[in-house]
Amino acid sequence: MTEKPIIEFQHVSKTYQNGTIGLKDINLSIPQGQFLVVVGLSGAGKSTLMRTINRMHDISTGNIFVDGESIVHLEGKELRRLRRSIGMIFQNFNLVKRSSVQRNVLSGRVGYYSTWKSTLGLFSKEDKQKAIEALQRVGLGEKLYSRADELSGGQQQRVAIARAFMQDPKIVLADEPIASLDPLTTESVMDDLKRLNEEFHITVIVNLHSVSLARRFGDRIIGLRGGELVYDEPISKVTEKDLEAIYQPVSIVKKSEVQA
Amino acid sequence: MNIVPTRTFTQKYHVKTVVWLTLFILLVIGTAKMTGVDFIMFFANFGQFTALLQQMAKPDWQYTSLVVQPILETIQMALIGTTVGTLVAIPFSVLAARNIVKNKFLRGIIRFILNLVRTLPDLMLAALFVAIVGIGPVAGVFTLAIFSFGMISKLFYEAIETIDEGPLEALQAAGANKIQMVVFAVIPQVFNYFVSYFLYTFEINVRASTVLGYLGAGGIGVYLQRSLDQFAYGQTAIIILGILMVVLIIDGVSNTLRERLL
Repeated sequence: MTEKPIIEFQHVSKTYQNGTIGLKDINLSIPQGQFLVVVGLSGAGKSTLMRTINRMHDISTGNIFVDGESIVHLEGKELRRLRRSIGMIFQNFNLVKRSSVQRNVLSGRVGYYSTWKSTLGLFSKEDKQKAIEALQRVGLGEKLYSRADELSGGQQQRVAIARAFMQDPKIVLADEPIASLDPLTTESVMDDLKRLNEEFHITVIVNLHSVSLARRFGDRIIGLRGGELVYDEPISKVTEKDLEAIYQPVSIVKKSEVQA
Repeated sequence: MNIVPTRTFTQKYHVKTVVWLTLFILLVIGTAKMTGVDFIMFFANFGQFTALLQQMAKPDWQYTSLVVQPILETIQMALIGTTVGTLVAIPFSVLAARNIVKNKFLRGIIRFILNLVRTLPDLMLAALFVAIVGIGPVAGVFTLAIFSFGMISKLFYEAIETIDEGPLEALQAAGANKIQMVVFAVIPQVFNYFVSYFLYTFEINVRASTVLGYLGAGGIGVYLQRSLDQFAYGQTAIIILGILMVVLIIDGVSNTLRERLL
């Protein structure tokens, strides 16, 4: 864990326009190649935290560094360059259902193409081959020409992972990737993410609700509650009891803290 | 606690529905009075209508060969007009869609232009273009192009606003620029709507171009006007049958395509 951090949060706060607090003074350092699991109740700020890293959400105060470079003021081309280096997986897969699997996977690559080349679908031979390999990596090679909506939920999520892989990402953000999947497909999707992490040394950040999966796959677990970082331990030190505490409703936890 | 509540008087006798329905009926009767719609006169003079129908019931089949050429011209006019209008409508509809262009000001300007274009009556446009490019089908093509543009861009941007925005977010997160987002995440989702609206507009244009002929904008309308002026209702019947055929064919093609694309 002595590697240099690939992501660093310094006193990051985010307040939404309606006054809701999204994040509150987050300080966090994530080393290259870590598999980080973020846990917390719905509305605790997990998605917000994740989306500040690729600037799908802007922060109110503080600073975020990716690869040693501050990203909070990036704009236009530089912002797109940052996003292209960060893959993202969503709860609802977010594939274009009416397009083929191939086109969906290739769409992960558009950040590397000029507008007109990608518009005309002029992807290079290497990238088409890369799309096939990415698809084979998640075990769906034979689905290359199928339409995305012909696939099951679990298969769609794995196509989404292949799409993210096409970006040659340094970081993969997965926002509750298994929330709409059954237990069996959950397993394979988590395995795919773990393999990206282990084989390619990609830093993976996953928002999860499942405590048992968090313990099985994570290198480190952080917990959020009400936008605050309330827990941060390497997996070896995580106990079941800690995690239960994170999932307590806010009021109860506050009381027990006072008593302690 | 688990007791079904009793309905209030308003709920039980559907008071709201009854009130609205009564209001609507009163409104229809009122407007009929004010505009002077006289149903008695309509039925008293119905004989005129049947007399006309009787004359049209003897179609002048020899006229058919003469009508083919202008009907084809009408179709050509409608096709070019619709295509040009559609091509121009695509960028405008993207710029007018709430979920693509977040800038209210830009969207407002685009929508204002579209409203303006839709307000212009096609007959006025036809008269205008006849004055500019002279009598003939070219005036009709320009008219239909502008008419199609106004209609299609509204249908298109409403279709774009119904798309699933998930893929847009995914493309944005992958570092795509706006145009790439539209091409990869928007167009595939609305393509079948586009085809269907294109064909719908094409059909409307075929029918509209019969009226445009009155103003000298080419097509079958010129012949329709001539036959009516000469009280040659047998010829009118042939023209109407011809247009009906074309409309039926377009409708058939449109249905087949839509089924295949969905």
